[in-house]
Amino acid sequence: MPVMLEIRSFPAAWNRRLYLWAFTALVVARLALAAAAQPAPPAPQSRFVVVLDAAHGGDDTGGRLANNQLEKNFTLALSVRLRSLLAARGIQVVTTRDSDMTVEPDKRAEIANRADAQACLSLHVTESGSGIYLFASPLAPAAPARFAAWKTAQAAWVTRSLKLEGVLNSALLQAGMSVTMSRTSVTPMDSMTCPAVAVEIAPEQSAAPDDSGGLNDKNYQARVAEALAAALLEWRTDAGRTEEHQP
Amino acid sequence: MIPRHQTILFALLLVASLAMGAALWHLRERAHQRLLAGQDSAPTSAPAVAPAEQAALLVANDSDGSILTQLHSLPLPADPGACARAVLGKLLDLYAAPDAAHPVPGGASSVLQVFLLPAPDLAGAPPADAKPKIIDNKVIVNLSRFSRASTSPSSPQDARQSEPQLAVVNLSSSFAASHPSGIETEMLTVLSICGTLHANLPRVTQVRFLVDGKQRATLAGHADLTRTYLAGNVVPSDRAHP
Repeated sequence: MPVMLEIRSFPAAWNRRLYLWAFTALVVARLALAAAAQPAPPAPQSRFVVVLDAAHGGDDTGGRLANNQLEKNFTLALSVRLRSLLAARGIQVVTTRDSDMTVEPDKRAEIANRADAQACLSLHVTESGSGIYLFASPLAPAAPARFAAWKTAQAAWVTRSLKLEGVLNSALLQAGMSVTMSRTSVTPMDSMTCPAVAVEIAPEQSAAPDDSGGLNDKNYQARVAEALAAALLEWRTDAGRTEEHQP
Repeated sequence: MIPRHQTILFALLLVASLAMGAALWHLRERAHQRLLAGQDSAPTSAPAVAPAEQAALLVANDSDGSILTQLHSLPLPADPGACARAVLGKLLDLYAAPDAAHPVPGGASSVLQVFLLPAPDLAGAPPADAKPKIIDNKVIVNLSRFSRASTSPSSPQDARQSEPQLAVVNLSSSFAASHPSGIETEMLTVLSICGTLHANLPRVTQVRFLVDGKQRATLAGHADLTRTYLAGNVVPSDRAHP
């Protein structure tokens, strides 16, 4: 009799455990089947942001151009045009100003640094000289640091800024424009923690008296904007390629 | 008959008159000599004009963004501050000429003063000649070959005379107001001023700018005038023909 009781109680305890294991196995199997049925999720695409800094604005009118135009209006128009072109290519754009407003240089750098951008372009226009001028920071390259001095924060990025300057140069040359590359200190570029280049647009070398090739030539403006957009697209491809090669 | 005492009085008065006449003549001669001596020491001749010397001017060109070295003969005062003002005046005169390659109105009168001070030690800044600036991939030219005096210091006084200097260039507000706006054109003006100072006064290694005696953020909206420029970093083009 005691043996009978023993036999009856043993399977009852194991049954509960067996049910529990079976249920767990079923859930795991269901999840595994579901995972196998779905296609593999795409690798998380790296975020690519471009900062467009339309120079001047508000009280700071910048230079006075032909036909009494102000530099601040020209840079804003170029920034808006370029933003549209980049957005159409799927590039996220952050602008330092969208209207005729005063933005302090430090604020511009702050906006760029918060955006964690892969490219920062500061847009300028001039009546002097000819073609497109590209400026990178003159700071000596430095290793990235946890805390960087505000006035020389660009030092850790200057190598990539020079590469970006090269990509812009290639695209503009391909578009048939004359380009001059240089290094100079332009506020607020030295405080930006991103690959940063100042782009200054002057009339074309072959600008005619009827203003074809001049700053007011819509065709010239469109060509410049298209070339800059193409360069940034190329820069995004290069950035993706670099990430792929990184361990 | 004339009394005797009257004769004696007449004789005395005659002698006194002759003595006084002689004294007067003597004093007149002395005054004349003194006057002649005074005329000799008066600056009757014009001050000597400083001899014309060759000055190296780093002249900017807007068409290709280059800075070319040109040699010009002009009177250079011995005083370094006046000399600095003279070379900058000549440089800005070139820019104010109608056919200038880097047109900037104003001319020599735009340089109000140039002050030369002992250069502060810029932390982390390399020696001026050790960190060349690359403009348009142009090669570096050693500007010290244009130096007017280059001696190695052998005494404390010599060492003091070879200490680096900071030049403070005070420009007129009309010059800044009429300067064409743009990163390239403003930087060309600033760099050509810095390079010209260093070429003619090698002790000048740093340059700062004031406008009407006050600090100003930018020259015409772009070139930063709040910072100290290293004068030795300016590089003229390899196409320079001194």
